[in-house]
Amino acid sequence: MKFEFEIEDGDFAKAGTASSQVKHILKQLNVDTKIIKKTTVAIYEAEVNVVAHAVGGGTLTADINLERIVVEVVDQGPGIADIPQAMTEGFSTASPEVISMGFGAGMGLPNMRKNADKLEITSGVGEGTRVVITNYI
Amino acid sequence: MKITNIATLLGGNIVTGKERVETRVSYGFAADLLSDVLTLEVEGVLLITGLCTLQTIRTAEMAEIECVVIARGKKVSPAMKDLAERTGLILIEVECSVFRASAMLFDAGLEPVF
Repeated sequence: MKFEFEIEDGDFAKAGTASSQVKHILKQLNVDTKIIKKTTVAIYEAEVNVVAHAVGGGTLTADINLERIVVEVVDQGPGIADIPQAMTEGFSTASPEVISMGFGAGMGLPNMRKNADKLEITSGVGEGTRVVITNYI
Repeated sequence: MKITNIATLLGGNIVTGKERVETRVSYGFAADLLSDVLTLEVEGVLLITGLCTLQTIRTAEMAEIECVVIARGKKVSPAMKDLAERTGLILIEVECSVFRASAMLFDAGLEPVF
């Protein structure tokens, strides 16, 4: 089953809407609660990153079968110049507005890594970012 | 600890989830940084925060937080209340600071996460 959601840039009031819908779907499918939590935390961090950084927004696609959940989050934002640096806890390029919302402490990508069985990030400056989170059921 | 006892102890106003005040929580966690909240792995957590935004509610939903105490006399907005009701979150407003609420709940036996 495949589900696709739009993510609007800069709209913190709606940030988390897509992740919430994926969580609802996983609950309906009776996926183990621990897998639901780690998956929703990882994809929520990815969704918040799109809202916070990507001008033009992005998309979140969840592909679910009996064995795994694959969530792809794609945006056309500024991209990540140095992925290993961005994966370092505490590194952040967030704006003061994002920080005032309780995010932007440089924990998003490390938290994604912690909550994903497999995490792929492809990005380049000016080329947007593609994050693929895989969790096995 | 039962939510009803927590609300009484803090002199709080239960904004949402009044029908579930007999729910028990085991741990307390105080933070204004939502990414910290998302790192929690235990269940039965009560969050004490001064961050009164829609994202507080959304983050509680993702982190499976049972109850959020909004401190420092901040008031929950109608949009926050609506989202909390839809996601099944118990929301309590209290006048005191995060520090005081944490100290009172710790003294009453609520365990820290770490």
